[in-house]
Amino acid sequence: MANVLQTSFLPSISSLRRTPISGSKGKSQSLQVKAKIREIFMPALSSTMTEGKIVSWMKSEGDKLSKGESVVVVESDKADMDVESFHEGFLAAIMVEEGGVAPVGSAIALLAETEDEIAEAKAKSQSSSSTSPKAVEEQPKQIEEAAPDVPAAAAPTVSASKTVALWSAVHPASEGGKRIVASPYAKKLAKELKLDLGTVVGTGPMGRIVAKDVEAAAAAGTTAAPAGTVAVSPSKPAPVAPGIELGTVVPFTTMQGAVSRNMVESLSVPTFRVGYTITTNELDALYKKIKSKGVTMTALLAKATALALAQHPVVNSCCRDGNSFTYNSSINIAVAVAIDGGLITPVLQDADKVDIYTLSRKWKELVDKARAKQLQPHEYNTGTFTLSNLGMFGVDRFDAILPPGTGAIMAVGASQPTVVASKDGRIGMKNQMQVNVTADHRVIYGADLAAFLQTLAKIVEDPKDLTF
Amino acid sequence: MHSICSQATTLPRSNFAFDSRSPAVPISKPVNLRFCGLRKEAFGFSGLTHSCSSRVRCSSRGHSKKISASAENNGTPPKSFDYDLIIIGAGVGGHGAALHAVEKGLRTAIIEGDVVGGTCVNRGCVPSKALLAVSGKMRELQSEHHMKALGLQVSAAGYDRQGVADHANNLASKIRSNLTNSMKALGVDILTGVGTIVGPQKVKYGKVGFPDNIVTAKDIIIATGSVPFVPKGIEVDGKTVITSDHALKLESVPDWIAIVGSGYIGLEFSDVYTALGSEVTFIEALDQLMPGFDPEIGKLAQRVLINPRKIDYHTGVFATKITPAKDGKPVTIELIDAKTKEPKDTLEVDAALIATGRAPFTNGLGLENINVVTQRGFVPVDERMRVIDANGNLVPHVYCIGDANGKMMLAHAASAQGISVVEQVTGRDHVLNHLSIPAACFTHPEISMVGLTEPQAREKAEKEGFEVSVAKTSFKANTKALAENEGEGLAKLIYRPDNGEILGVHIFGLHAADLIHEASNAIALGTRIQEIKFAVHAHPTLSEVLDELFKSAKVKSAASSHGLVSEPVAV
Repeated sequence: MANVLQTSFLPSISSLRRTPISGSKGKSQSLQVKAKIREIFMPALSSTMTEGKIVSWMKSEGDKLSKGESVVVVESDKADMDVESFHEGFLAAIMVEEGGVAPVGSAIALLAETEDEIAEAKAKSQSSSSTSPKAVEEQPKQIEEAAPDVPAAAAPTVSASKTVALWSAVHPASEGGKRIVASPYAKKLAKELKLDLGTVVGTGPMGRIVAKDVEAAAAAGTTAAPAGTVAVSPSKPAPVAPGIELGTVVPFTTMQGAVSRNMVESLSVPTFRVGYTITTNELDALYKKIKSKGVTMTALLAKATALALAQHPVVNSCCRDGNSFTYNSSINIAVAVAIDGGLITPVLQDADKVDIYTLSRKWKELVDKARAKQLQPHEYNTGTFTLSNLGMFGVDRFDAILPPGTGAIMAVGASQPTVVASKDGRIGMKNQMQVNVTADHRVIYGADLAAFLQTLAKIVEDPKDLTF
Repeated sequence: MHSICSQATTLPRSNFAFDSRSPAVPISKPVNLRFCGLRKEAFGFSGLTHSCSSRVRCSSRGHSKKISASAENNGTPPKSFDYDLIIIGAGVGGHGAALHAVEKGLRTAIIEGDVVGGTCVNRGCVPSKALLAVSGKMRELQSEHHMKALGLQVSAAGYDRQGVADHANNLASKIRSNLTNSMKALGVDILTGVGTIVGPQKVKYGKVGFPDNIVTAKDIIIATGSVPFVPKGIEVDGKTVITSDHALKLESVPDWIAIVGSGYIGLEFSDVYTALGSEVTFIEALDQLMPGFDPEIGKLAQRVLINPRKIDYHTGVFATKITPAKDGKPVTIELIDAKTKEPKDTLEVDAALIATGRAPFTNGLGLENINVVTQRGFVPVDERMRVIDANGNLVPHVYCIGDANGKMMLAHAASAQGISVVEQVTGRDHVLNHLSIPAACFTHPEISMVGLTEPQAREKAEKEGFEVSVAKTSFKANTKALAENEGEGLAKLIYRPDNGEILGVHIFGLHAADLIHEASNAIALGTRIQEIKFAVHAHPTLSEVLDELFKSAKVKSAASSHGLVSEPVAV
């Protein structure tokens, strides 16, 4: 420790004279800032150098440095040079990002002696950068980048919550999603884009995260929701269009961009559709009965669908790599909801297991969160089967586009009083709704859907199981 | 006709600390590298005009001279010999020795159990250069920025895997037939079969299922080369877990391949695979990538060859177990910490390339018949390539060159050693200066080196009490490099300022492999900096990088030019 403390400053001239020859001597100078947090300065690598550009940081924040180890590559007016650490410690905060320029002698990073001091050093990096008037005047860019911890300062992409249920990124050997399996380029990109890989859904071989997943997630400003149509970063709401001005071209918001991309991507999936007409008199009666307990029609439909899926796991499966079925372990019903400038698909997790009252409360909570744009990624991107209901508009039938990464989506029309002929030759009035399922034919076949719809119809027509 | 491989792959010693250095000779250079450096061919036969397949046949002479083995004369050298020189192994080392032997008037035979050309031509330098040529062009065409800067427009570049694989295979066949023809034309007998030493100056050879033939020779050179080294725990299936032998056939281009070992082979294959669209994960046992290179060059190379590419890496780890892909499961690689031996990580990838160096191929040579014990498979030799027996005595008339002795695992080093041996057996003492043998790695851009690295030079300087200086020049200042828009690169000279001796030169940049020879020749001939700095280089050429390098060196005036001295440098 003693020797580390004593030699903290070297005149830049002597160091630059030596460097072209020796090449291995320390070129960085450090000043003692505080007891144990030191600054790493932009060194003078040649006699004419006034500022240097950071080519690359060879270490990341939090990395341990030993004395003499290269930390950063600096481009001077003459050549690129490695700058070595003069001390041991941890690289606590990078104050000038790669590509940034800093004048000779200004601090470009902070070095903490122990891991505990990293946080302190980070706080320091933010305060010190704003109190360095020279740097502010000369290098406004540097200051802007000097606070990497301030979200969205230099990074427009925002990483979302870390607590994502990685059902869809589960790699066979990834211990149930505990380990993230990502390709080298995906990792590199995620680092560049400051994206948490834990929030990215892998679509590569065996669910591996590949570069295009990271790009998609970054472009969406959040994770690519498997529910497909929707991707909204909860912390970065898409701007609301202030009324439509005719004759103008308005670029997509990030959410609309994500929708667009997902829609185009869906074209690579061979889908087909199967429709079914279901009588809802019993369901309507049940709804009327338990509506006062806070049960919603959406929850009832989700519940019915989940119970039917439980009997037909293949309809709850999906095809990730073109070679295999992925049988999802949970039945998570995503329900499309229109919100300002787009739509989102809050997910009712384990809809087959949760009772209808809890499910209804959950749904209300999700809708509130969605409106407030506070949904967490796992609350909108973990669906295994999607419901889309346009019945409230009086739409009697439509078909839906299958969100990439899932196996099937069901379009639900309005339940309407219909004149029907019954088997005994009479004509009667019944409430009927049409449902239409779009499915990925690589994993789900016609007979699968037909059987599933038959089961669903039975459940809806005799809904006593919905309430347990 | 001057043809053939200018050089080639590869072999690192990185992972698993597979140290091939021969203990007999204290060369302090990383040695198990393998490169081609074929001699020029003596005659201009092309493979086509001399209608001969690449298969070798027993010459009639070999048969007519055969004598039967008999127990009683096994232990005593024969009085008259079938040949003056027999070389076991027709790789590049054996080929170089054979050609030089004929030139010296020796009756020469070469025994080959597999195909002529050995590792270099068939499974090493030559086919890998074909793949690297493709990767270099792909890389260039794919670099939009680079093309734009030159004013070129290229629409999406693509490749046909089989076409690339065929190119590599065709190149190997062509070079193989060139090699075969050059030896036949000179009258070298090519004997087919596995060669075994049965006693002093006596060798048996034969194919499996055929009777053995026995031939005698005044001198014998062992040049049996090496095979890829596969550490235990690694299961090679040839499809998803492969060695360089399989990779050169380019039967697939996996999405994600792990390369175990970041030496020459690993580095070159990472260049090929990333250019063809794969992503690469390096697994390196040592703490840094590219051990064996001069640290400064290694760092720069990492910035150019690794960091911007689709490559990540794990350093300081051993791959203890690698299981090939099967039953829909990916290749799994278990990593442990190289120091603590604690399990560290498990990787699942599409393929794994084992590039952990090469192991000598010396089994079945009959070394026990001349009381020679190999050291980790390597045949012990002295600085004149004379084989040393179990008691530390020289075995008369037996030499070993190339990868089999492990001194410096490069094709051209083997060839140089072979020539050195022929010089000795024809009455002229010769000791090869291994420090003058250049090495190159054919990435884009290339890396080349000769002599000592900076740490090695400083260590030597400390021991022997002299001063070391370093000079550097950048490709950024070179007109030709800038014209090509390839200014990235560095040349580094390590020298003695007191007498101007060149200790080492390291180049990273465009055509580095071709540029190194000015430096290696200077070292071989003992040319000093104060002399070579007056040599003239055409302008504008890349060679001016070295010109500038020599000129920037500061040799003390006392040592200034005293004519063309050519004191050979000690080995």
